[in-house]
Amino acid sequence: MEPVLAVLTGIFLTVAVYLLLSKYIIRMLLGVAILGNAVNLLIFTSGRIMREVPPVIGAGLDVPAGATANPLPQALILTAIVISFSFFAFLLVLSWRAYSVLGTDNTDAMRVAEPDGVQPPPLGY
Amino acid sequence: MAVSSSPADLSAALVLQPVAALDWLVILPVAWCLAVGAVLLMIRHKSVAQPLVAVAALAVLVGLDAALLWHVAQNGPVTMVMGRWLPPFGIAFTVDLTGALFALTSAVVALIGAVAAIDDINASGRRYGFYPFLMLLMAGVSGAFLTGDVFNLYVWFEVLLISSFGLLVLGSEREQIDGAVKYGFLNLVATTLFLITTGYLYGIFGTLNMADIAAKAPGLQMTAPLVTLTALYTLAFAMKAAAFPVNFWLPASYHTPRIVVSALFAGLLTKVGIYALIRIGVMLFPAEREQLSFVLAIVAALTMLTGSLGALAQSDTRRLLGYLVISGIGAMLAGIAIGSPEAIGGVIFYAVHSMLVMTALYLAAGLAARLSGGFSLTVSGGLYRHHLLFTALSLMLFFAVSGLPPFSGFWPKVMLVKAAIDGGVSWLAGILLLSGFLTMIATGRVFLLAYWRPAPAQTAAVPQPLAITALLPILVLTVSSVLIGLFPETLLNLAQQAAATLNEPSAYLNSVFPAGGAP
Repeated sequence: MEPVLAVLTGIFLTVAVYLLLSKYIIRMLLGVAILGNAVNLLIFTSGRIMREVPPVIGAGLDVPAGATANPLPQALILTAIVISFSFFAFLLVLSWRAYSVLGTDNTDAMRVAEPDGVQPPPLGY
Repeated sequence: MAVSSSPADLSAALVLQPVAALDWLVILPVAWCLAVGAVLLMIRHKSVAQPLVAVAALAVLVGLDAALLWHVAQNGPVTMVMGRWLPPFGIAFTVDLTGALFALTSAVVALIGAVAAIDDINASGRRYGFYPFLMLLMAGVSGAFLTGDVFNLYVWFEVLLISSFGLLVLGSEREQIDGAVKYGFLNLVATTLFLITTGYLYGIFGTLNMADIAAKAPGLQMTAPLVTLTALYTLAFAMKAAAFPVNFWLPASYHTPRIVVSALFAGLLTKVGIYALIRIGVMLFPAEREQLSFVLAIVAALTMLTGSLGALAQSDTRRLLGYLVISGIGAMLAGIAIGSPEAIGGVIFYAVHSMLVMTALYLAAGLAARLSGGFSLTVSGGLYRHHLLFTALSLMLFFAVSGLPPFSGFWPKVMLVKAAIDGGVSWLAGILLLSGFLTMIATGRVFLLAYWRPAPAQTAAVPQPLAITALLPILVLTVSSVLIGLFPETLLNLAQQAAATLNEPSAYLNSVFPAGGAP
């Protein structure tokens, strides 16, 4: 199971990087969403993949009877999902706002903060 | 529900004795900021009460962090575990001298920023939540400096990042939206990289506790790809700190928000990246950082040169200062690349200096623009004639940022140059001095054009009066820079002790695992 998930994570990361390299914000947003999921899958895989074995220690035992999946990475993913979702929401609103205020979603054309053709500082007076 | 087993031995899993009263100081800065941030959010329509509450709360925060620093300096690193679980299982907050010193300095910077914001942030900015965002930013910054758990560090990074988004777009001008898009995407990629690496780290170590990792790392060097981990962490934190090939978000965004926000960002955010880099590179993976040290040295040199050459090319003072922030980051990276305890001491000292002086410089640039009609060096002038004290303070700050005596920038630069020569990388020492020289030229030109030059005819008509409240934050920061420069002994000793603890983390480990050694 792990090799399949590892390959899947690799594909997700590749797609995310490809989309993030785009000039257009809407594609970058898709890249961010996929990147978040790639990371979640990655952490999920790092905590062993098991089917239907609850991590519960039976009565009279000190350790679980069989191998179980590690629940901690799943808790980490839960945190990461919440955070990446809130980030994605913020970036989505910011991009919409940027599109309506700046009139473009092409990052090459976004030169308001760093305008072209600024005079260098005077060399003397 | 009756459980029919023998009574469990709780002492194997839980901390049973109550937390010592003084140890609560470990968590208080974070809890206090979150609580006050929530209160400020509730009263965000009361634009008169907001700054009063925030300034008082931040003054308390300075007190808390000062007490924490004193406690740590007296008793060594202090640990507190959430939920009373024993360390590698519970999330640990562990404070050593480095963390406490950074936390105190950041609290001072935030307090001064909050005072300066009384003038700079209008009622609308307050209604949109400047002060709540500031308190939550401080919660994130303090948490990052105080935590002893890698995933927890990631969470605090996100807390401070999301608050910084709020501060960055406050006012919603076109420039700000543009800058925020670049800041947002690039910082998101950096924190995601941090998270990816943390996932790998957990896969390798099975623990997220920093002390546990530091204890286990030497045993795993042969079998696990620790250099890969260190390289990924270095890239992630270098991106947060705006080091050379990944620095472009900083000059694109730092000049766009209100000047107080720029000042706070310049003082706080990039230094969190440097702090994380010190923590990971010096305490957790020293042997792996050693292998990367040549790459780090190249990156540091290029960062310093990009910063100071970029500053020379700017005619907007805020953008110029953004490049000086980058140049300072390069100097700190140089110390991390050298890696000896003396160099790390220099980095810690430099970070404290940089937090104070960069904040002051941005505030001074804002005040200069208000008095002389703009940030552009082509139109400003005439400050010397009417505002002698302000001019003198600015000149001191320019000297401090260039690393000239007797100001705070001098000593860390001496330490770094000496460590570079002792460490056999004299060329890095040369770049350090060259970047200081270029910084001097850039800031000297600001002084010449904005202060010394007579005001252009059309703006010279009415010299504006200068309120003491506007000057006070700059005055306090400049005086502290001069005092650090004249009496560096205390800070020097603290920085060196902090570096020694990082280099030989047995005190840190003992604080987390009192029985001695990880389980």
